[in-house]
This record gives sequence, structure tokens and C-alpha cells, in this order.
Amino acid sequence: MNYNERLSGNEAIAFAMKQIDPDVMAAFPITPSTEIPQYFAQYVADGEVNTEFVPVESEHSSMSACIGAEAAGARAVTATSSAGLALMYEMMYVAASSRLPITLACVNRALTGPININNDHSDSMGIRDAGWIQIYAENNQEAYDNFLQAMPIGEHPSVRLPVMICQDGFITSHALENIVLLDTDSVKAFVGEYQPENYLLKAENPLAIGPYDLGCHYMEHKVQQAEAMKAAKARILEVAAQFEAVTGRKYGLFEAYRMEDAEVALVLIGSSAGTAKVTVDQLRQQGVKAGLIKIRVFRPFPAEELAQALKNVKAVAIMDKAESFSANGGPLFSEVRGALYDLEPRPRTVGYVYGLGGRDITPDHFHGVFDRLRAIADGGELGPVYTHLGQRG
Amino acid sequence: MENERTYHFKKTLEKKERFVGGHRLCAGCGAGIAVRGVLRALREEDRAVVGNATGCLEVSSFLYPYTAYEDSYIHTAFESAGASLSGVEAAYNALKRKGKVKGEVKFITFGGDGGTYDIGFQSLSGAMERGHDLTYVCYDNEAYMNTGIQRSSSTPRFARATTSPVGTVAPGKKQNKKNLTEIIAAHHVPYVAQTTFLGNFRDLYTKAQKAIYTPGPSFLNIMAPCPRGWEYPAEKLPEICKLAVETCVWPLFEVIDGVWHLSYEPKNKRPVEEYLRLQGRFRHMFKPGNEWMIEDVQQNVDENWEKLLAKCQG
Amino acid sequence: MIRRAKDIDEHTPWQEMTLGGEIYEPATARYVNTGAWRTDTPVLDWTKCRHCLLCVPFCPDSSLPVEQGKLAGIDYQHCKGCGICAQVCPFGAITVKEGGEV
Repeated sequence: MNYNERLSGNEAIAFAMKQIDPDVMAAFPITPSTEIPQYFAQYVADGEVNTEFVPVESEHSSMSACIGAEAAGARAVTATSSAGLALMYEMMYVAASSRLPITLACVNRALTGPININNDHSDSMGIRDAGWIQIYAENNQEAYDNFLQAMPIGEHPSVRLPVMICQDGFITSHALENIVLLDTDSVKAFVGEYQPENYLLKAENPLAIGPYDLGCHYMEHKVQQAEAMKAAKARILEVAAQFEAVTGRKYGLFEAYRMEDAEVALVLIGSSAGTAKVTVDQLRQQGVKAGLIKIRVFRPFPAEELAQALKNVKAVAIMDKAESFSANGGPLFSEVRGALYDLEPRPRTVGYVYGLGGRDITPDHFHGVFDRLRAIADGGELGPVYTHLGQRG
Repeated sequence: MENERTYHFKKTLEKKERFVGGHRLCAGCGAGIAVRGVLRALREEDRAVVGNATGCLEVSSFLYPYTAYEDSYIHTAFESAGASLSGVEAAYNALKRKGKVKGEVKFITFGGDGGTYDIGFQSLSGAMERGHDLTYVCYDNEAYMNTGIQRSSSTPRFARATTSPVGTVAPGKKQNKKNLTEIIAAHHVPYVAQTTFLGNFRDLYTKAQKAIYTPGPSFLNIMAPCPRGWEYPAEKLPEICKLAVETCVWPLFEVIDGVWHLSYEPKNKRPVEEYLRLQGRFRHMFKPGNEWMIEDVQQNVDENWEKLLAKCQG
Repeated sequence: MIRRAKDIDEHTPWQEMTLGGEIYEPATARYVNTGAWRTDTPVLDWTKCRHCLLCVPFCPDSSLPVEQGKLAGIDYQHCKGCGICAQVCPFGAITVKEGGEV
């Protein structure tokens, strides 16, 4: 049964965790994700969940504890942001390579330095190659819905990978929105029980985990991980279909907004999509064939599907809310552009880095981008492919 | 539970071996002796989850696909042994409450002095403070042996290590050894002890048993000599351990619920020189003109011993 | 088909290796012949051994098996020849000979 509630993005995640009632939560506070362990600690204090809450002394330890718990046979969750995720860096690789389907609620925030507590995607983009599935939300509803889908995706035997559910710090984490919740029994039925084949506490046989691999084995284990990430795509879609059957809300690898006959389009991630959609609607009213692709799943990267969705577009702006200091554009730009390479004819692409440290992006910015795309689509010069948007000077 | 008086040496050796041969530790390695000794203290009917910080022991005892452990085992990283086992123990509590795990499972994690005194110090402290029911065992070989004998905060003063070399103006390591056992005791956990390999292993066995079966967090610090890093012939390990205790370089004691107990008091405290002389890492201390180094170490050992006696009598 | 530890080697394809490097069997290190490392070899003189077992806990390689309260010999497949056992034997029952051969 679905019902309406007014929740912030952090509350929505904490509430989803409460409904799932995981075995272990280990967390350390960091803005803007702090509220998640706070809400959850209160659920524990009030006996509303049956979870062991481990208030660790650092994020490195929260991920380490989650790894230990998940390996032991428990369902483990955590939440973090920014420097906290950066401190987990080493352990994120360990979680993924040990094939432990931990769920992490990432509330995206800029990385230090200078210290900045506002939203961009540099934290999760910095860790994009750790072997975690990454799913991003535009709004509170999507954050909640994505979190409910995380475990059925990650824990599936064909996948066995950890999952990050990302949302934009403050913009969604602290903003109240009316969202539709699923009743707890339905959540429990949808998410199911965690039933790993082998785990540390299994009585029938021991499990040893975390070996030293010589050169003759390491690459084979990495290929297994790579194959699991490929397999995750089908599982994500399967779980999305099951989720739609329960809730009526439809999800894919990305959302294609007014893309059917689009000639100019944006590709971006997260809450900026709301502003971009307004811009697209305004342009459509003016007869401009504008569209938008909002990436939901960044890992596994939907390269073939994006190529298919963008094959008839003349000019695309790929917009990163993260700097990768490659001197050649952000991570999303690199990957989307690569995905389009084999198309004939090939859309022309430009990359923007925007919104760093919470810098606002407005419809005016997007109009400027579309103006440029239209000029390129009409045969104009491409100009510099890597530029910043929203800064002074 | 067996105690010092009821200890039955031969019976302990009839128990199933939980750490088997075929691991890749060096010949004569103290870490292997420590792990066997601690795991032997488990009740045969109990299961264990063994944790491990990255280090010599880890890369040698679980080199894919060969685990040296009869029990479940988890290694995650160098600095995370305390936190990872915290997670395992939390999972046990949750799953036990839900009826998903049956029987008694004990949690024991091993780290070298690198993973314990230094890089893993924070996660160890966190695990102790939070009160998880687990035992953290440090096999202390007084340097980062896995990467090639670099100094740690556990390396004793004047010892030669590859990042505290002896040179024309440097006498080896300049700082004294950190007293980690005392620091962990200051966490006011129920059981903390220091031991090494002696005689019929009564001291190590009974301390391991108390550590494992005392509810709550416990810490065991085991001096575990490294023939390579300490530069002595491998077979000399028993002699070195004995002299470490007889010189009071490595005193044996327990801290039970905050009360300090001396486990052994040498009748005739031997000069530190006898202990130092066996090890190549201290060789430069015996050169003419360097007598002050030996005097310095003797003075330091004497001071620490007096402080320990005062704690144990207090 | 995922293989058992004893059948996993440098020729095993990724499809047949355990996921994530996990091993769900006990004590598979037993398959490893670390005895080949020996440059010296301890030799037990049964006429002198009184089965006091003081050598047993000192062995870093668990290579002095005990059966029914008595020393059952030396496990040369795993013994690396460190010689500690010979040092702790109060009866001179273990001597170390040069060379790795038994």
C-alpha cells in the first residue's frame, strides 16, 4: 500500500532503513548525511528496529565494520558524505572485491579543500572505479525508491556487489517534499531476506575472506568483478520492473525526458535535472527540439543504451557536477562521449563542469547551454569542449 | 575455566590444531607460535571467527586458495582489524537475537605491532571503547617486518631498523618503545595482559583463555620475536623470550577489571645486556664508546619495572 | 563449476575460481609443501624422547603432531627446519642435521 508523507531526503533514507530493519548499521556523522544515523539511532533507542547500531570512531571504521558484518552473514548499511567517503576509499575497494553487497547512502557533498559542505558529486565520482554500483536520485522520492531497490540488486547471486544510493546534499537531503511511501510489510516482502551461500558465522563450514592473491589469481578475481558489474545491468532493470509492479513508479538506467525527436540534449546527474526539465519544457513551447537525459545508474555505465538514446541528436552537452582535473572535462563527459564514439553520424558533444561546492544552476544557465547546442547543431563551430559554468569571470 | 593452578599442559596439546602447517611464515617465526598458542585456548566445541590486520601473518596464512585456519577468517586491511571484527561481532549479536546463528562463537583478531600500535591504533581503540565482546591479540615483533623491517612505535630504543638505521650520527631508533599494553589498560576494558613464549606455555594459554572467555573486550600483547628482523639464528627464539622476561624488558602481567597483577617476578633480575647481545639489531651498542646506550636501556627498563611493581602492589 | 581449493591453481579460468577470493573449506594450507623450504632438518631420536611435549607449542608450523598424549613424529611436509624444537627439548631427543632431505 502506498501512502503520502512529507519527508526530507535524509528522513526518507532513514525511514527506508527502518522499514528494511537491517542487521547492522555502522556510521560516523558527517554533514550533510549526519541526520541518517541520528534518525536511525533514535529508532534503535526506541526499539523500533532490531538492528545492531555500531557508532564507530571514523568512516574508515564504519566501512570496515560493514565489511565484517556483511561477511559474517548480516545485512549491513551505512551513510556518509564527502570526506567521509574519501576516508573509506581503501575499504570501498575491499567491500567490492570481497563481493559483499553492503548498502551505502551517499549524500553527495564537495570534497575538501577548501572545506565546503554543499553539494557536488566529487565524492562519489572520485570513487567511481571502486567496484560499487552507483545509483543517483533527482529528488526525495527517487532517493527512497532507489534505496529500497539496492539490496535486491546487490545481493542477487548474479551480482554480489555493494551499492551506493546517492542524492544531492542539502538540495534533496534537507529539503522537505511530499513523497509516496510503501507500507513496511510490502517493503519487507520486496527487499526479502539476506541469504548468502557462505558467511563467517555459518555452522556447516567456515569461510575465509580477504586473501593475498598472487599474480596468477588477482586478474581472474578482477574479471569476475567486471563480469558481475556487467550482469548488474540486467538485474537493475529486473528489480525496477518488480518495483514498478508494486508501486507503479517506473525506473530505468536513465530517464530520457522529451528525447523522442530531440536534436539538442543535455546529459546530467541528480537534482539539477528538475531545473533542466523546466528549461526543456520552455524550449519545447518555443518549438525547439530539446531533450534531457538524467543518468540514474552511473555504475554499471549504460553505454549502449545511451548511444541508442542519443543517436539522432545533433549536439549534446554533458554536464558534470564534479571536476576531475583531467584538463579534458569531467568523468561523465568522458564516459558519455566515449559511448557515442561508434555512432554514425556521431552527435557533437561539449562538456561542462558546473555546480561545484553548491553553486546554483538556473534555467538561464541551461538556456545558454541550449543556445550553444543549437548553434552547433546548425553547423556552427564546436568551440572549446571543456568549460565551466556558473563561475564568475 | 582452567587457571594457572589447574593448567594441564598435555591436555591442551590434545586439542584439535586450529592453525595448520603449510602457511608461508618464515622458518622460526614468532607469529605462528602466537596464533597457535592463542587458538589452542578455545574450547573445542566453540567456533571462532579469526580476524587479521594486513601484515606478515595475513599474507602468509591466507595466500589464495590456502587458508591456515580451521575456523572462519577475515582480513580486510592494515588499519581495520579492530573495526572489522567489531562488525562481525555486531552481526553475531543481531543474527543470534533473530535465531539465525546457533552455538557459541568467539572473536579473536591478530595484528602485528604495525597494525596495532600504529596504523590500526584508532580502530583498536574504538573497538575497545565500544565494548565489543572480542579479543585483540598483538603479536609484537617490534618493527614493520612485512615491508622489510622498518621502525614502528613499538621498536625499542637504539634498535636498528631500515627506517631507523645506525649511521655515523644516528644510534638506531631514537625513541623509546610505546607502552601499548598500558594504553589499552587505560581504556578500562575487563582484561588486558602481556605474555610471550615460555616453557610449557602456561602463561600464554591461561591468559589467552581469560582474554577469550572474559565477556567484553580484551587485549593480549604477545612478544613474538622475528629472526630476520632481530637478527638472530631462528632456533634461539626460546632463549630470547626467556631473557626478555628475566631482564624485565618484557614483563608478564595482567590487568583484570582495572587491577594490576604481576604474573612473574624474576628472582635475580638479569642485566639487559644479556638480552641485547643475542640480537644483531643491537650489535652497534656493544662497540667501544657506546656503553652509554646499554646504560640508557638498563635505566629505562629499571624505571619501567619499578613503575609496574608499584601498579601491581597498589 | 567452482573448484575446491586443492584444484585451484595458476591454470584455473576465472569462471571456476571462488568469487572474491573466498575459501569455504577449513585449513586448505595443509596442501602446501613448505617442507621443501628446509635447509636443515630436525631428526627425532625415539629412544630419547620422553613425550614431555615441550617442543610442541613452540613449533611455528604445527609440525609436531600429538596423538593420545604422545608426540607422533615430525610432519616433514610442513616443517621448515627452524630448529626451535631441538633447542627446547630437555632430553636431546631432537638434533638438527644439515640439508633439507629427510
